[in-house]
Amino acid sequence: MTTKDKYKKVAYYPGCALEGSGHSYNRSTKAVGKALGLDLVEVKNWNCCGAMEVKNIDPKIQTYLSSRVMSTAANEMDMDVVMAPCNGCYHNLKKAEYDLANDTESAEVVDRLSKKAGHKTYESGQVETIHALDWIKEAIGEDGLAARVKNSLSGIKVANYYGCMYTRPRHIFPEKDQGPGSESTSKPHFMDDLLAAAGAENVDFPLKTACCGGAHTLSDSDMSTKLVLNILKAAKLSGADVIATECPTCHSGLEMHQIRAEKTLGETVDIKILYFTQLLGMALGLKAKKVGVHENINDSIKFLKERGLG
Amino acid sequence: MRTLAELEAVFDSPPPTADILAAAEDLLRASEEVIEHWVTARGEVPTEDQREGFRLLALHRQGAKGDPSFNACRETCREVVYHYNLVTLEPEHSDITDRLYMMGLVSKHLYLFISGKLQVAGLGEFCCSSKPIRSASESQQP
Repeated sequence: MTTKDKYKKVAYYPGCALEGSGHSYNRSTKAVGKALGLDLVEVKNWNCCGAMEVKNIDPKIQTYLSSRVMSTAANEMDMDVVMAPCNGCYHNLKKAEYDLANDTESAEVVDRLSKKAGHKTYESGQVETIHALDWIKEAIGEDGLAARVKNSLSGIKVANYYGCMYTRPRHIFPEKDQGPGSESTSKPHFMDDLLAAAGAENVDFPLKTACCGGAHTLSDSDMSTKLVLNILKAAKLSGADVIATECPTCHSGLEMHQIRAEKTLGETVDIKILYFTQLLGMALGLKAKKVGVHENINDSIKFLKERGLG
Repeated sequence: MRTLAELEAVFDSPPPTADILAAAEDLLRASEEVIEHWVTARGEVPTEDQREGFRLLALHRQGAKGDPSFNACRETCREVVYHYNLVTLEPEHSDITDRLYMMGLVSKHLYLFISGKLQVAGLGEFCCSSKPIRSASESQQP
């Protein structure tokens, strides 16, 4: 089976954020999948991936939590691929996969906890974890996407913001940096490729993998606001109308600290913030509401209507 | 080495319209000093070596040794260098002010990221890459 065929039906792991602050990402991912004829089967009774909170307390518990998601997909749903649109979930599942393949102690802890919890232990390699970007890029491709575009994103200048967890650390993403066609950890381009196929003009954005301050938005909000403000200013200076995101933590951080920067620092940066799935969905002819634009904090409806989208 | 507060003032300064090259040099030097703070906090002596012609890249490599998550600012360092080259190789370019401003924003991001890691007291969890330094600091407390 080719990668293209394999990715047409995947186990969908939305994760906690997509049920809360990132709901519009959940909505738009599902809508785009449906519009493209791709099949998402939600992981049964999924749990938290361990996120940053658990990882900072005990990394092996995080490995177990992520392994349980993969175990369910592999052993209870007979799926080969788990697709996680959230950078945190994607990162943690990849990290768990790496740890289980390379760290005997982690494998022993996961085995012990899995038996205690009463489910099959996940064995390294049972599933392949991919991001929503991999999913659309491989299952549909730029040509396939371009052929399905009904409302071109032509005239929209986009700064593609990948955040810090999509490509780091490099060793947990062995499929990246494998030459032409593969994703780059230093200069990621899958989101750029997909949005360009939908007609958007990507700008040269130097902070595309820089930290958004998401991990400390509660413990040090002022620092997060400064980091976000810097990203917004750099995107604007790059000439972008829109920052496209692919991580719910980055997205909500950009939106909330855009407002906080106005209130606390008196600095306003007029730039729209949309999930890449929202932009793709509207390019595929879906209404703005169908891809959850009304659920975003940053108001981009007027901007989109002026460009014949949504 | 200037203090972090002095460095912040450099990054917060509006881009000058004259003496562009000196301003680019100062931003590059200030970026080096930011990583010097990180390296010094780890109890090491900042390297004077260069990588690909830049001390900043050698300093980043030193800062990331034994702490792979420090690579979260690797591309930012490379972008500082890229923008330094952009400014200094074409100082007469029509977009020179914007290019220098962008170099300032990228440099400031490096500063915000690393200075945040260094604010151990009262910060709580900054991010995964700050944990080793914080743990070491806590273990030294009476």
